[in-house]
Amino acid sequence: MSTLIDERSRTGPDPEGAIAPPARSSASRPRRGALARAWSKAAPPLAAVVVLVSLWQIAAWASPMRDDLFPGPGAVLATAGRVVGDGTLPSAAATSLWRGLSGFAVALVIATPLALALAHAPWLRRAVGPLVSALQVLPSVAWVPAAIIVFGLTDATIYAVILLGAIPSIVNGLLAGIDMIPGQYRALSHVLGARRLQHILLVELPAALPGYVSGLRQGWAFSWRSLMAAELIAVGGSLGLGVGSLLQRGRDLADLGLVALIILVILAIGIVVELLVFAPWERRLLAGRGLSPKGADA
Amino acid sequence: MSVELSETTLRYGDGPVVLDGLTESIQPGEFVALLGASGCGKSSLLNVLAGLLEPTGGSVEVPDDGAAFMFQDPTLLPWLTAQDNVELALRLAGVPRAERSGRARELIDLVQLGHARTKKPHEMSGGMRQRVALARALAQRRRLLLMDEPFAALDAITRDMLHEELRAIWQRTGMTIVFVTHNVREAIRLAGRILVLSSHPGRVIDTRTITDDFRADPARAAALAAELTDVLRKEQFKHEHLDR
Repeated sequence: MSTLIDERSRTGPDPEGAIAPPARSSASRPRRGALARAWSKAAPPLAAVVVLVSLWQIAAWASPMRDDLFPGPGAVLATAGRVVGDGTLPSAAATSLWRGLSGFAVALVIATPLALALAHAPWLRRAVGPLVSALQVLPSVAWVPAAIIVFGLTDATIYAVILLGAIPSIVNGLLAGIDMIPGQYRALSHVLGARRLQHILLVELPAALPGYVSGLRQGWAFSWRSLMAAELIAVGGSLGLGVGSLLQRGRDLADLGLVALIILVILAIGIVVELLVFAPWERRLLAGRGLSPKGADA
Repeated sequence: MSVELSETTLRYGDGPVVLDGLTESIQPGEFVALLGASGCGKSSLLNVLAGLLEPTGGSVEVPDDGAAFMFQDPTLLPWLTAQDNVELALRLAGVPRAERSGRARELIDLVQLGHARTKKPHEMSGGMRQRVALARALAQRRRLLLMDEPFAALDAITRDMLHEELRAIWQRTGMTIVFVTHNVREAIRLAGRILVLSSHPGRVIDTRTITDDFRADPARAAALAAELTDVLRKEQFKHEHLDR
Protein backbone atom coordinates (compact mmCIF):
# COMPACT_ATOMS: atom_id res chain seq x y z
CA MET A 1 0.00 0.00 0.00
CA SER A 2 2.78 2.44 0.84
CA THR A 3 4.24 1.94 -2.63
CA LEU A 4 0.93 2.82 -4.12
CA ILE A 5 0.69 5.93 -2.03
CA ASP A 6 4.17 7.00 -3.03
CA GLU A 7 3.21 6.62 -6.65
CA ARG A 8 0.07 8.58 -6.28
CA SER A 9 0.06 11.40 -3.83
CA ARG A 10 -1.99 13.77 -5.90
CA THR A 11 -4.18 16.19 -4.14
CA GLY A 12 -6.59 18.68 -5.50
CA PRO A 13 -9.68 20.65 -4.83
CA ASP A 14 -12.70 18.55 -4.05
CA PRO A 15 -15.14 18.92 -6.92
CA GLU A 16 -18.06 18.03 -4.74
CA GLY A 17 -17.45 20.84 -2.31
CA ALA A 18 -17.85 20.66 1.41
CA ILE A 19 -20.90 21.43 3.43
CA ALA A 20 -20.01 24.50 5.38
CA PRO A 21 -20.41 24.11 9.14
CA PRO A 22 -23.34 26.05 10.55
CA ALA A 23 -21.07 28.48 12.41
CA ARG A 24 -19.41 29.57 9.17
CA SER A 25 -22.61 29.72 7.18
CA SER A 26 -23.76 32.55 9.37
CA ALA A 27 -20.65 34.60 8.59
CA SER A 28 -22.59 36.74 6.15
CA ARG A 29 -24.93 37.91 8.87
CA PRO A 30 -24.11 41.16 10.63
CA ARG A 31 -21.52 40.39 13.31
CA ARG A 32 -22.48 41.21 16.85
CA GLY A 33 -20.02 41.67 19.64
CA ALA A 34 -19.55 38.95 22.22
CA LEU A 35 -20.86 41.36 24.84
CA ALA A 36 -24.05 42.01 22.89
CA ARG A 37 -24.61 38.28 22.40
CA ALA A 38 -24.03 37.59 26.09
CA TRP A 39 -26.41 40.40 27.00
CA SER A 40 -29.13 39.11 24.68
CA LYS A 41 -28.88 35.75 26.41
CA ALA A 42 -28.68 37.08 29.95
CA ALA A 43 -31.31 39.80 29.65
CA PRO A 44 -34.49 37.64 29.74
CA PRO A 45 -33.60 35.66 32.91
CA LEU A 46 -32.27 38.84 34.58
CA ALA A 47 -35.49 40.63 33.77
CA ALA A 48 -37.45 37.72 35.24
CA VAL A 49 -35.37 37.90 38.45
CA VAL A 50 -35.91 41.67 38.74
CA VAL A 51 -39.67 41.23 38.27
CA LEU A 52 -39.84 38.43 40.85
CA VAL A 53 -37.78 40.34 43.44
CA SER A 54 -39.91 43.45 42.86
CA LEU A 55 -43.10 41.45 43.36
CA TRP A 56 -41.59 39.92 46.51
CA GLN A 57 -40.75 43.38 47.88
CA ILE A 58 -44.21 44.73 47.06
CA ALA A 59 -45.80 41.71 48.74
CA ALA A 60 -43.61 42.25 51.84
CA TRP A 61 -44.63 45.92 52.04
CA ALA A 62 -48.28 45.08 51.52
CA SER A 63 -48.34 42.09 53.86
CA PRO A 64 -49.93 42.54 57.28
CA MET A 65 -47.50 39.83 58.62
CA ARG A 66 -44.57 40.78 60.84
CA ASP A 67 -41.20 41.33 59.14
CA ASP A 68 -39.64 38.29 60.81
CA LEU A 69 -42.47 36.09 59.49
CA PHE A 70 -42.41 37.47 55.95
CA PRO A 71 -39.05 39.19 55.31
CA GLY A 72 -38.63 41.19 52.13
CA PRO A 73 -35.55 41.16 49.88
CA GLY A 74 -33.97 43.94 51.90
CA ALA A 75 -34.14 41.92 55.14
CA VAL A 76 -32.70 38.86 53.39
CA LEU A 77 -29.90 41.01 51.99
CA ALA A 78 -29.13 42.25 55.49
CA THR A 79 -28.97 38.63 56.74
CA ALA A 80 -26.64 37.83 53.84
CA GLY A 81 -24.35 40.66 54.87
CA ARG A 82 -24.26 39.29 58.42
CA VAL A 83 -23.52 35.60 57.57
CA VAL A 84 -21.06 36.49 54.84
CA GLY A 85 -19.35 39.03 57.07
CA ASP A 86 -18.77 36.57 59.93
CA GLY A 87 -17.61 33.90 57.46
CA THR A 88 -20.41 31.43 58.24
CA LEU A 89 -21.93 31.30 54.76
CA PRO A 90 -18.67 31.12 52.72
CA SER A 91 -17.40 28.35 54.96
CA ALA A 92 -20.67 26.39 54.78
CA ALA A 93 -20.88 26.83 51.00
CA ALA A 94 -17.28 25.64 50.58
CA THR A 95 -17.97 22.59 52.79
CA SER A 96 -21.11 21.68 50.83
CA LEU A 97 -19.48 22.25 47.45
CA TRP A 98 -16.54 20.06 48.38
CA ARG A 99 -18.87 17.31 49.60
CA GLY A 100 -21.04 17.59 46.51
CA LEU A 101 -18.17 17.57 44.02
CA SER A 102 -16.10 14.87 45.70
CA GLY A 103 -19.20 12.70 46.25
CA PHE A 104 -20.16 13.21 42.62
CA ALA A 105 -16.65 12.23 41.48
CA VAL A 106 -16.79 9.01 43.51
CA ALA A 107 -20.27 8.29 42.11
CA LEU A 108 -18.85 8.77 38.62
CA VAL A 109 -16.04 6.30 39.27
CA ILE A 110 -18.47 3.68 40.58
CA ALA A 111 -21.34 4.26 38.13
CA THR A 112 -19.35 4.20 34.88
CA PRO A 113 -17.98 0.64 35.07
CA LEU A 114 -21.30 -0.49 36.56
CA ALA A 115 -23.19 0.89 33.54
CA LEU A 116 -20.70 -0.72 31.14
CA ALA A 117 -21.10 -4.06 32.94
CA LEU A 118 -24.89 -3.79 32.69
CA ALA A 119 -24.66 -2.86 29.01
CA HIS A 120 -22.48 -5.86 28.18
CA ALA A 121 -24.06 -8.52 30.40
CA PRO A 122 -27.73 -8.86 29.44
CA TRP A 123 -28.44 -11.28 32.30
CA LEU A 124 -26.98 -8.79 34.79
CA ARG A 125 -29.04 -5.99 33.30
CA ARG A 126 -32.20 -8.08 33.53
CA ALA A 127 -31.38 -8.79 37.17
CA VAL A 128 -30.15 -5.39 38.37
CA GLY A 129 -31.48 -2.93 35.79
CA PRO A 130 -35.00 -2.56 37.26
CA LEU A 131 -33.49 -2.09 40.71
CA VAL A 132 -31.23 0.72 39.47
CA SER A 133 -34.23 2.43 37.85
CA ALA A 134 -36.26 2.02 41.03
CA LEU A 135 -33.44 3.57 43.09
CA GLN A 136 -33.56 6.60 40.82
CA VAL A 137 -37.19 7.11 41.76
CA LEU A 138 -36.59 6.72 45.51
CA PRO A 139 -36.19 10.14 47.22
CA SER A 140 -32.65 10.39 48.63
CA VAL A 141 -33.98 11.73 51.93
CA ALA A 142 -35.30 8.23 52.62
CA TRP A 143 -31.71 7.01 52.94
CA VAL A 144 -30.71 9.54 55.59
CA PRO A 145 -32.08 7.77 58.71
CA ALA A 146 -30.55 4.47 57.64
CA ALA A 147 -27.19 6.14 56.88
CA ILE A 148 -27.17 7.88 60.29
CA ILE A 149 -27.82 4.55 62.04
CA VAL A 150 -25.04 2.82 60.10
CA PHE A 151 -22.40 5.59 59.95
CA GLY A 152 -23.44 7.93 62.76
CA LEU A 153 -23.13 11.69 62.45
CA THR A 154 -20.03 11.61 60.24
CA ASP A 155 -19.16 12.59 56.70
CA ALA A 156 -19.69 8.95 55.69
CA THR A 157 -23.42 9.47 56.18
CA ILE A 158 -23.41 12.44 53.83
CA TYR A 159 -21.37 10.61 51.17
CA ALA A 160 -23.51 7.46 51.41
CA VAL A 161 -26.64 9.50 50.66
CA ILE A 162 -24.94 11.35 47.80
CA LEU A 163 -23.76 8.09 46.20
CA LEU A 164 -27.14 6.41 46.52
CA GLY A 165 -28.74 9.46 44.92
CA ALA A 166 -26.29 10.02 42.07
CA ILE A 167 -25.17 6.56 40.97
CA PRO A 168 -28.53 5.39 39.54
CA SER A 169 -28.85 8.55 37.41
CA ILE A 170 -25.35 8.24 35.97
CA VAL A 171 -25.82 4.52 35.31
CA ASN A 172 -29.12 5.07 33.54
CA GLY A 173 -27.74 7.98 31.52
CA LEU A 174 -24.78 5.99 30.22
CA LEU A 175 -26.99 2.96 29.56
CA ALA A 176 -29.40 5.14 27.56
CA GLY A 177 -26.44 6.57 25.63
CA ILE A 178 -25.13 3.08 24.82
CA ASP A 179 -28.61 1.86 23.84
CA MET A 180 -28.86 4.67 21.31
CA ILE A 181 -25.59 3.85 19.54
CA PRO A 182 -26.29 2.81 15.93
CA GLY A 183 -25.88 -0.94 15.49
CA GLN A 184 -23.62 -0.21 12.53
CA TYR A 185 -20.87 0.93 14.93
CA ARG A 186 -20.55 -2.56 16.35
CA ALA A 187 -20.25 -3.96 12.82
CA LEU A 188 -17.67 -1.28 12.07
CA SER A 189 -15.62 -2.23 15.12
CA HIS A 190 -15.79 -5.86 14.03
CA VAL A 191 -14.60 -5.24 10.47
CA LEU A 192 -11.88 -2.89 11.72
CA GLY A 193 -10.66 -5.71 13.94
CA ALA A 194 -11.32 -3.99 17.29
CA ARG A 195 -11.09 -6.12 20.39
CA ARG A 196 -13.87 -5.77 22.92
CA LEU A 197 -12.03 -3.32 25.16
CA GLN A 198 -10.96 -1.28 22.13
CA HIS A 199 -14.56 -1.18 20.94
CA ILE A 200 -15.71 0.04 24.36
CA LEU A 201 -13.01 2.69 24.77
CA LEU A 202 -12.65 3.95 21.20
CA VAL A 203 -16.16 3.60 19.82
CA GLU A 204 -18.81 2.86 22.40
CA LEU A 205 -17.96 5.38 25.12
CA PRO A 206 -17.37 8.32 22.75
CA ALA A 207 -20.55 7.44 20.87
CA ALA A 208 -22.53 7.29 24.13
CA LEU A 209 -21.07 10.56 25.40
CA PRO A 210 -24.16 12.75 24.77
CA GLY A 211 -26.32 10.36 26.83
CA TYR A 212 -23.54 10.06 29.38
CA VAL A 213 -23.36 13.84 29.81
CA SER A 214 -27.14 13.97 30.30
CA GLY A 215 -26.75 11.30 32.95
CA LEU A 216 -23.92 13.22 34.61
CA ARG A 217 -25.96 16.39 34.62
CA GLN A 218 -28.86 14.56 36.24
CA GLY A 219 -26.40 12.78 38.55
CA TRP A 220 -25.04 16.13 39.72
CA ALA A 221 -28.57 17.41 40.36
CA PHE A 222 -29.30 14.29 42.41
CA SER A 223 -25.95 14.63 44.25
CA TRP A 224 -26.75 18.19 45.20
CA ARG A 225 -30.30 17.41 46.29
CA SER A 226 -29.15 14.35 48.24
CA LEU A 227 -26.46 16.41 49.93
CA MET A 228 -28.97 19.04 51.01
CA ALA A 229 -31.33 16.36 52.35
CA ALA A 230 -28.48 14.74 54.29
CA GLU A 231 -27.10 18.02 55.67
CA LEU A 232 -30.58 19.12 56.67
CA ILE A 233 -31.22 16.04 58.76
CA ALA A 234 -27.75 14.93 59.84
CA VAL A 235 -26.49 17.77 62.04
CA GLY A 236 -23.98 17.67 64.88
CA GLY A 237 -21.40 15.03 65.77
CA SER A 238 -18.19 15.38 63.77
CA LEU A 239 -20.08 16.89 60.84
CA GLY A 240 -18.89 20.25 59.57
CA LEU A 241 -21.45 22.96 58.93
CA GLY A 242 -22.81 22.79 55.38
CA VAL A 243 -25.39 24.90 53.59
CA GLY A 244 -28.12 22.39 54.44
CA SER A 245 -27.16 22.55 58.13
CA LEU A 246 -27.38 26.33 57.95
CA LEU A 247 -30.91 25.93 56.62
CA GLN A 248 -31.73 23.77 59.63
CA ARG A 249 -30.19 26.40 61.92
CA GLY A 250 -32.46 29.02 60.35
CA ARG A 251 -35.44 26.82 61.08
CA ASP A 252 -34.35 26.23 64.69
CA LEU A 253 -33.96 29.98 65.21
CA ALA A 254 -37.23 30.73 63.37
CA ASP A 255 -35.06 33.02 61.21
CA LEU A 256 -37.01 33.12 57.95
CA GLY A 257 -34.53 35.62 56.49
CA LEU A 258 -31.73 33.07 56.90
CA VAL A 259 -33.93 30.26 55.54
CA ALA A 260 -34.85 32.31 52.46
CA LEU A 261 -31.21 33.27 51.95
CA ILE A 262 -29.99 29.66 52.12
CA ILE A 263 -32.70 28.50 49.70
CA LEU A 264 -31.47 31.16 47.27
CA VAL A 265 -27.84 30.11 47.80
CA ILE A 266 -28.67 26.43 47.16
CA LEU A 267 -30.50 27.44 43.99
CA ALA A 268 -27.68 29.73 42.89
CA ILE A 269 -24.98 27.07 43.32
CA GLY A 270 -27.06 24.60 41.28
CA ILE A 271 -27.53 27.18 38.51
CA VAL A 272 -23.86 28.20 38.49
CA VAL A 273 -22.64 24.60 38.13
CA GLU A 274 -25.19 24.03 35.35
CA LEU A 275 -24.23 27.22 33.50
CA LEU A 276 -20.46 26.93 33.97
CA VAL A 277 -19.97 23.19 33.59
CA PHE A 278 -22.74 21.12 32.06
CA ALA A 279 -24.39 23.52 29.62
CA PRO A 280 -21.12 24.57 27.86
CA TRP A 281 -19.84 20.97 27.90
CA GLU A 282 -23.00 19.63 26.27
CA ARG A 283 -23.11 22.50 23.79
CA ARG A 284 -19.51 21.92 22.71
CA LEU A 285 -20.02 18.16 22.55
CA LEU A 286 -23.10 18.35 20.35
CA ALA A 287 -21.74 21.12 18.15
CA GLY A 288 -18.65 18.97 17.50
CA ARG A 289 -20.95 16.32 16.06
CA GLY A 290 -23.07 18.67 14.01
CA LEU A 291 -25.97 18.47 16.45
CA SER A 292 -27.78 21.24 18.30
CA PRO A 293 -28.70 21.09 21.95
CA LYS A 294 -32.44 21.25 22.63
CA GLY A 295 -33.62 24.79 23.00
CA ALA A 296 -30.47 26.24 21.43
CA ASP A 297 -30.75 29.38 19.40
CA ALA A 298 -31.36 28.76 15.76
CA MET B 1 -7.51 -18.46 -3.67
CA SER B 2 -9.02 -15.28 -2.33
CA VAL B 3 -12.64 -16.25 -1.62
CA GLU B 4 -14.12 -19.72 -1.79
CA LEU B 5 -17.81 -20.39 -1.23
CA SER B 6 -18.86 -24.00 -1.05
CA GLU B 7 -22.57 -24.82 -0.81
CA THR B 8 -22.94 -21.73 1.37
CA THR B 9 -26.42 -21.45 2.79
CA LEU B 10 -27.96 -18.79 5.01
CA ARG B 11 -31.32 -18.40 6.64
CA TYR B 12 -32.43 -16.17 9.48
CA GLY B 13 -33.96 -18.36 12.19
CA ASP B 14 -36.95 -20.23 10.82
CA GLY B 15 -37.40 -17.73 7.98
CA PRO B 16 -36.98 -18.46 4.29
CA VAL B 17 -33.62 -19.46 2.86
CA VAL B 18 -31.69 -16.31 1.92
CA LEU B 19 -28.66 -17.89 0.28
CA ASP B 20 -29.12 -21.33 -1.19
CA GLY B 21 -26.03 -23.47 -1.67
CA LEU B 22 -23.75 -20.87 -3.27
CA THR B 23 -20.58 -22.32 -4.73
CA GLU B 24 -18.21 -19.77 -6.19
CA SER B 25 -14.54 -19.02 -6.35
CA ILE B 26 -13.04 -15.53 -6.55
CA GLN B 27 -9.41 -15.28 -7.53
CA PRO B 28 -6.86 -12.89 -5.99
CA GLY B 29 -6.94 -9.50 -7.66
CA GLU B 30 -10.39 -10.01 -9.19
CA PHE B 31 -12.98 -7.24 -9.18
CA VAL B 32 -16.30 -9.03 -8.85
CA ALA B 33 -19.71 -7.37 -8.78
CA LEU B 34 -22.59 -9.10 -7.03
CA LEU B 35 -25.63 -7.91 -8.95
CA GLY B 36 -29.15 -8.57 -7.81
CA ALA B 37 -32.56 -7.10 -7.20
CA SER B 38 -33.24 -5.40 -3.88
CA GLY B 39 -33.65 -7.89 -1.07
CA CYS B 40 -32.10 -10.83 -2.95
CA GLY B 41 -29.47 -11.47 -0.28
CA LYS B 42 -26.40 -9.87 -1.81
CA SER B 43 -25.68 -7.76 1.28
CA SER B 44 -26.22 -10.86 3.43
CA LEU B 45 -23.61 -12.66 1.35
CA LEU B 46 -21.20 -9.80 1.89
CA ASN B 47 -21.85 -9.91 5.63
CA VAL B 48 -21.10 -13.64 5.58
CA LEU B 49 -17.80 -12.93 3.82
CA ALA B 50 -16.99 -10.25 6.40
CA GLY B 51 -17.74 -12.60 9.29
CA LEU B 52 -20.63 -10.44 10.46
CA LEU B 53 -23.02 -13.36 9.83
CA GLU B 54 -22.41 -17.06 10.28
CA PRO B 55 -23.57 -19.22 7.36
CA THR B 56 -26.12 -21.86 8.36
CA GLY B 57 -24.64 -24.36 5.94
CA GLY B 58 -21.65 -25.00 3.71
CA SER B 59 -18.32 -23.27 4.10
CA VAL B 60 -16.71 -19.91 3.42
CA GLU B 61 -13.01 -19.27 3.02
CA VAL B 62 -11.54 -15.80 2.95
CA PRO B 63 -7.90 -14.66 3.28
CA ASP B 64 -6.35 -15.26 6.69
CA ASP B 65 -6.20 -11.54 7.45
CA GLY B 66 -9.95 -11.16 6.88
CA ALA B 67 -11.57 -8.48 4.78
CA ALA B 68 -11.88 -4.72 4.75
CA PHE B 69 -15.47 -3.56 4.53
CA MET B 70 -17.16 -0.48 3.16
CA PHE B 71 -20.77 0.02 4.16
CA GLN B 72 -23.53 1.62 2.13
CA ASP B 73 -23.62 4.31 4.79
CA PRO B 74 -20.11 5.73 5.34
CA THR B 75 -20.41 4.99 9.10
CA LEU B 76 -17.81 7.57 9.98
CA LEU B 77 -17.48 8.33 13.68
CA PRO B 78 -18.98 11.82 14.02
CA TRP B 79 -16.65 13.00 16.79
CA LEU B 80 -13.52 12.32 14.72
CA THR B 81 -12.07 14.28 11.82
CA ALA B 82 -11.46 12.64 8.45
CA GLN B 83 -7.82 12.14 9.42
CA ASP B 84 -8.74 10.69 12.83
CA ASN B 85 -11.28 8.29 11.32
CA VAL B 86 -8.55 6.87 9.10
CA GLU B 87 -6.03 6.84 11.95
CA LEU B 88 -8.46 4.81 14.06
CA ALA B 89 -8.49 2.09 11.40
CA LEU B 90 -4.68 2.16 11.31
CA ARG B 91 -4.53 1.91 15.09
CA LEU B 92 -6.87 -1.09 15.12
CA ALA B 93 -4.81 -2.63 12.32
CA GLY B 94 -1.81 -2.51 14.64
CA VAL B 95 0.10 0.26 12.88
CA PRO B 96 2.60 1.84 15.34
CA ARG B 97 1.59 5.24 16.67
CA ALA B 98 4.53 7.02 15.03
CA GLU B 99 3.48 5.89 11.57
CA ARG B 100 -0.25 6.48 11.80
CA SER B 101 -0.42 10.17 11.09
CA GLY B 102 1.75 9.97 7.96
CA ARG B 103 -0.06 6.92 6.65
CA ALA B 104 -3.48 8.47 7.24
CA ARG B 105 -2.30 11.61 5.47
CA GLU B 106 -1.23 9.57 2.44
CA LEU B 107 -4.54 7.73 2.31
CA ILE B 108 -6.55 10.93 2.63
CA ASP B 109 -4.48 12.38 -0.22
CA LEU B 110 -5.09 9.21 -2.23
CA VAL B 111 -8.85 9.80 -2.13
CA GLN B 112 -8.25 13.48 -2.96
CA LEU B 113 -9.33 14.91 0.36
CA GLY B 114 -6.05 16.51 1.39
CA HIS B 115 -7.79 19.83 1.89
CA ALA B 116 -10.46 18.34 4.16
CA ARG B 117 -8.45 16.17 6.54
CA THR B 118 -9.46 18.23 9.58
CA LYS B 119 -13.15 18.29 8.72
CA LYS B 120 -15.65 16.26 10.69
CA PRO B 121 -18.29 14.14 8.94
CA HIS B 122 -21.07 16.69 9.36
CA GLU B 123 -18.90 19.25 7.58
CA MET B 124 -18.49 17.07 4.50
CA SER B 125 -20.71 16.18 1.56
CA GLY B 126 -21.93 12.61 0.98
CA GLY B 127 -19.25 12.03 -1.63
CA MET B 128 -16.50 13.28 0.67
CA ARG B 129 -17.72 11.06 3.47
CA GLN B 130 -17.60 8.02 1.19
CA ARG B 131 -14.07 8.95 0.14
CA VAL B 132 -13.05 8.98 3.80
CA ALA B 133 -14.77 5.61 4.25
CA LEU B 134 -12.77 4.32 1.26
CA ALA B 135 -9.53 5.65 2.76
CA ARG B 136 -10.43 3.98 6.03
CA ALA B 137 -11.14 0.68 4.26
CA LEU B 138 -7.76 0.92 2.51
CA ALA B 139 -6.11 1.66 5.86
CA GLN B 140 -7.02 -1.83 7.00
CA ARG B 141 -4.39 -3.15 4.59
CA ARG B 142 -6.37 -6.29 3.76
CA ARG B 143 -6.10 -8.17 0.47
CA LEU B 144 -9.90 -8.40 0.19
CA LEU B 145 -12.18 -5.37 0.08
CA LEU B 146 -15.94 -5.87 0.44
CA MET B 147 -18.14 -3.00 -0.68
CA ASP B 148 -21.86 -2.92 0.05
CA GLU B 149 -23.48 -0.53 -2.43
CA PRO B 150 -21.13 2.22 -1.24
CA PHE B 151 -22.13 4.75 -3.88
CA ALA B 152 -25.88 4.09 -3.95
CA ALA B 153 -26.82 7.25 -2.11
CA LEU B 154 -24.62 9.58 -4.17
CA ASP B 155 -25.55 11.77 -7.11
CA ALA B 156 -24.59 10.58 -10.60
CA ILE B 157 -21.64 12.92 -11.10
CA THR B 158 -20.04 12.12 -7.75
CA ARG B 159 -20.65 8.41 -8.32
CA ASP B 160 -18.99 8.66 -11.71
CA MET B 161 -15.87 10.25 -10.23
CA LEU B 162 -15.68 7.70 -7.45
CA HIS B 163 -16.01 4.87 -10.00
CA GLU B 164 -12.90 6.18 -11.75
CA GLU B 165 -11.00 6.51 -8.50
CA LEU B 166 -11.99 3.07 -7.31
CA ARG B 167 -10.88 1.48 -10.59
CA ALA B 168 -7.57 3.33 -10.39
CA ILE B 169 -7.01 2.26 -6.78
CA TRP B 170 -7.88 -1.34 -7.61
CA GLN B 171 -5.48 -1.38 -10.55
CA ARG B 172 -2.67 0.02 -8.45
CA THR B 173 -3.19 -2.13 -5.36
CA GLY B 174 -4.13 -5.39 -7.05
CA MET B 175 -6.49 -6.13 -4.18
CA THR B 176 -9.54 -8.36 -4.55
CA ILE B 177 -12.80 -6.42 -4.54
CA VAL B 178 -16.30 -7.80 -4.10
CA PHE B 179 -18.74 -5.03 -4.90
CA VAL B 180 -22.45 -5.37 -4.19
CA THR B 181 -24.82 -3.33 -6.35
CA HIS B 182 -28.27 -3.38 -7.87
CA ASN B 183 -27.12 -0.92 -10.53
CA VAL B 184 -26.40 -2.79 -13.76
CA ARG B 185 -24.38 0.02 -15.35
CA GLU B 186 -22.26 0.38 -12.23
CA ALA B 187 -21.48 -3.35 -12.29
CA ILE B 188 -20.49 -3.26 -15.97
CA ARG B 189 -18.41 -0.14 -15.45
CA LEU B 190 -16.43 -1.47 -12.51
CA ALA B 191 -16.20 -5.23 -12.46
CA GLY B 192 -14.19 -7.80 -14.34
CA ARG B 193 -16.83 -10.37 -13.54
CA ILE B 194 -20.49 -10.00 -12.69
CA LEU B 195 -22.35 -12.59 -10.65
CA VAL B 196 -26.11 -12.19 -11.01
CA LEU B 197 -28.06 -13.35 -7.97
CA SER B 198 -31.64 -14.59 -8.06
CA SER B 199 -34.19 -13.53 -5.47
CA HIS B 200 -35.44 -15.82 -2.72
CA PRO B 201 -33.49 -17.90 -2.46
CA GLY B 202 -30.27 -16.21 -3.53
CA ARG B 203 -28.40 -18.26 -6.09
CA VAL B 204 -25.96 -17.31 -8.83
CA ILE B 205 -28.09 -17.51 -11.97
CA ASP B 206 -25.72 -15.85 -14.41
CA THR B 207 -22.03 -15.00 -14.67
CA ARG B 208 -20.58 -12.47 -17.11
CA THR B 209 -16.97 -11.59 -17.73
CA ILE B 210 -16.36 -7.97 -18.65
CA THR B 211 -13.14 -7.09 -20.41
CA ASP B 212 -11.77 -3.59 -20.87
CA ASP B 213 -12.42 -3.93 -24.61
CA PHE B 214 -16.03 -4.80 -23.91
CA ARG B 215 -16.36 -1.83 -21.56
CA ALA B 216 -14.89 0.47 -24.20
CA ASP B 217 -17.60 -0.50 -26.68
CA PRO B 218 -20.68 1.53 -25.70
CA ALA B 219 -23.06 -0.45 -27.94
CA ARG B 220 -22.11 -3.82 -26.48
CA ALA B 221 -22.10 -2.45 -22.93
CA ALA B 222 -25.55 -0.95 -23.46
CA ALA B 223 -26.88 -4.20 -24.88
CA LEU B 224 -25.57 -6.14 -21.88
CA ALA B 225 -27.02 -3.55 -19.52
CA ALA B 226 -30.43 -3.94 -21.17
CA GLU B 227 -30.20 -7.71 -20.98
CA LEU B 228 -29.20 -7.78 -17.31
CA THR B 229 -31.79 -5.15 -16.42
CA ASP B 230 -34.41 -7.41 -17.93
CA VAL B 231 -33.15 -10.31 -15.82
CA LEU B 232 -33.26 -8.19 -12.68
CA ARG B 233 -36.72 -6.89 -13.51
CA LYS B 234 -38.01 -10.45 -13.73
CA GLU B 235 -36.32 -11.32 -10.46
CA GLN B 236 -37.78 -8.25 -8.80
CA PHE B 237 -41.23 -9.17 -10.08
CA LYS B 238 -40.79 -12.69 -8.75
CA HIS B 239 -39.63 -11.30 -5.40
CA GLU B 240 -42.56 -8.92 -5.09
CA HIS B 241 -45.39 -11.07 -6.41
CA LEU B 242 -44.63 -14.78 -6.50
CA ASP B 243 -42.94 -15.01 -3.10
CA ARG B 244 -45.95 -13.68 -1.20
